[in-house]
Amino acid sequence: MGEAVDFSTFVERRADGTAHMALAVEGIGCAGCIRKIEGGLTKLPGVVDARVNFTQRRLAVDWRNDEIDAARIIKELERIGYQAHPFAPERAEADEAQRAKWLLRCLAVAGFAAMNVMLLSISVWSGNVSDMTSETRDLFHWLSALIALPAAAYAGQPFFQSALTALRARHTNMDVPISIGVILALGLSLYETATHAAHVYFDSAIMLLFFLLCGRYLEQAMRRKTRLFAGNLASHKAAFAHRLDDNGELAQVPVAALHPGDRILVRPGELVPADGTILTGASEIDESLVTGETAPRAVRAGAAAYAGSTNFAGALTMQVIAAGTGTLVDEVERLLQKATEAKSRTVRLADRAARLYAPVVHATAALTAAGWLMAGASLHDAIVAAIAVLIITCPCALALAIPAVQVVAAGQLFRSSVILNSGDAIERLAEADTVVFDKTGTLTLPDPAVDVSSVDPDLLERAARLALSSRHPLAAALARQARLRTPYPGAVEEPGRGVCARIDGKEARLGSAAFCGIDAQAQAPSAPAGTSFMVFTHGGEIAHIAIGQTLRPDAVAVVHALQARRLDLMILSGDRPEAVGAVATQLGIRRWTARLKPAEKIEAIELLKSQGRRVLMVGDGLNDAPALAAAHVSLSPITAAHLAQTHADALFLGERLAPVLRAIDVARRARASMKQNLVLTVIYNACAVPVAMAGLVTPLIAAVAMSGSSILVTLNALRARLSVESEPGEALRSPAPVPTTAGTAEQSRPLADTSMEPAR
Amino acid sequence: MNVLIYLVPAALLLGLTGLVAFLWSLRTGQYEDLDGAALRILSDDDVAEHPDAS
Repeated sequence: MGEAVDFSTFVERRADGTAHMALAVEGIGCAGCIRKIEGGLTKLPGVVDARVNFTQRRLAVDWRNDEIDAARIIKELERIGYQAHPFAPERAEADEAQRAKWLLRCLAVAGFAAMNVMLLSISVWSGNVSDMTSETRDLFHWLSALIALPAAAYAGQPFFQSALTALRARHTNMDVPISIGVILALGLSLYETATHAAHVYFDSAIMLLFFLLCGRYLEQAMRRKTRLFAGNLASHKAAFAHRLDDNGELAQVPVAALHPGDRILVRPGELVPADGTILTGASEIDESLVTGETAPRAVRAGAAAYAGSTNFAGALTMQVIAAGTGTLVDEVERLLQKATEAKSRTVRLADRAARLYAPVVHATAALTAAGWLMAGASLHDAIVAAIAVLIITCPCALALAIPAVQVVAAGQLFRSSVILNSGDAIERLAEADTVVFDKTGTLTLPDPAVDVSSVDPDLLERAARLALSSRHPLAAALARQARLRTPYPGAVEEPGRGVCARIDGKEARLGSAAFCGIDAQAQAPSAPAGTSFMVFTHGGEIAHIAIGQTLRPDAVAVVHALQARRLDLMILSGDRPEAVGAVATQLGIRRWTARLKPAEKIEAIELLKSQGRRVLMVGDGLNDAPALAAAHVSLSPITAAHLAQTHADALFLGERLAPVLRAIDVARRARASMKQNLVLTVIYNACAVPVAMAGLVTPLIAAVAMSGSSILVTLNALRARLSVESEPGEALRSPAPVPTTAGTAEQSRPLADTSMEPAR
Repeated sequence: MNVLIYLVPAALLLGLTGLVAFLWSLRTGQYEDLDGAALRILSDDDVAEHPDAS
């Protein structure tokens, strides 16, 4: 194809004549890959620098504009053996990276201060029981203050800022009691130092910050990792469109660079890259990703076509329209807005705990002060006791209890191919009691597959090799069966009809029955609804090859396992009743509804919600997006329509349905350990608070209690990880960790077959 | 106890050196690609004059 590819949206041009581009690269898996890519690229004239980031599976290239261009670089990578996809880094990603660095700096400062203050504190504690003079103690206290105060002012910023924002919005979060605790502990210690007292709490305050920052950083790192991975996947999927300019010339542009009003060409076998109206041409398009309907729809000039549909038969010219003006897209958008507004804001476990916690703690401290005053103690002693209560109850453990579990659970989910979009999805997943499935692309595989059982293997192999020469989506499914990956020489495709070639001196044809010259009605075997046939003739041999939607390989087992967990299962599909019924019977799901419009899907979900059920929606289509947003929690396969992906709480990868089951299991265990952790903190407080109220807390006790409880809850969170990982009875665990490059390559292959092929 | 006069500053100085070193390594992006660094050490590019032509 002599068509020019326009990468300019991804290239960052600099004033000195160099250009920079970021690429997500598939298939980087070892040290050799780094060398091959970097070495291969820097050998090209004009390339200034190429640097692989192995952790992120990304490549950054700098080159001189006048000597080489982006297309040449991508071609060279392809020649070396790597698929590279340019992408424009999202703003959010850069912000996250910035925040991660900031947290790490805070953590480093807090760590440094905690170590040095502890060094001084331990000297004081041992000095207090031996022969330390009060002058030396004062020196050590002043030194501690010198280290702790600036360090806390710097490292405490994440908490102080968040607390301030919450207070300005007139509600509290966990950071409010944390900030109050830290500030009071530092203030009291400074006062005590100035009055030559024996006990100061600099070490407690700074250690508290250190522990909490550890939790914050881990949480942030986990989020960043999943976001990064999702970003790579998105760029692997990003397709190119053929844009027609005013002179009728074709240029390949990334879909992201399409504007409303652009005219685009969609060839047979390609995905429709954007919503639009058809200007010329007639074809059949498969809208299973959009509506769930598996039978192709005939379209002519004037009809609307939606992004994500596959063009089957003839070439189409389309005019791109702005998202949200098409009839279906419009309706979906409107429903989405309603669904997201109506979605009752679920209060997170941590926030619920924080809401209960702050008033209780502050009331206890006030009570302590009042009690001591009434007992005749001095104002100073009463306040010291009250502040000791605040310090000892400072929610170190509480603030770690839930994030620690979340980090562990998100890591487990990541390893079993589930990518979380939102942090509190874990809690909501654990609460789900009803699972609603979409059929097409969710219970079934997104790509059609060949029914191999009905055809003679030898004949199938010949048909599959012939199919390699065709760009029709059904032929692509058939071509995947070919063991020998070389197409027959001289094979000719008649677009929209079929392919023919001479094999062993006899004519072979693959395509519609008419194309092969046989009477379709007389010959076609009966088959379940939603199945298409391709006919293959070779000499006198005839084969009817059934190609249709197949269930995900482990769908039956997963459905049974879900039923065994007392979850109610339902199918809500936009497809025809015959097709849905067949799948439901095969899976043993008794409740199903077919031919639902997006609005009806939402209604069905709302009905379930009004019955007090917590619905987990699993769906992939554009038509599922509102239902995904309306459900209590939602999952989408990674092959889902873009809109569905952004509204799902989590995405799962791969061909199997097992991640759905795994997600529920991990979430339930995570919720259980969150609750355990909360109970542990309550027990800790129940023991520590009376001691503090009695005025018996010394800095040593505070330090031991605080770090002890933090370590305890962290260990408890990690224990959950060990117990899940070593569990033997999990037959449905995915065999390989899919979120590796191998998994990604696998994922994008079907897409590459249909949409990327013409690009080369 | 006069020993403290130089021991305490020495301890603080050592700690500060560590902190500054960490902040420097963070600033120069040494934590951007931890897995890659582990693999790059295996490549012999800096030893051989020309990397082999594979």
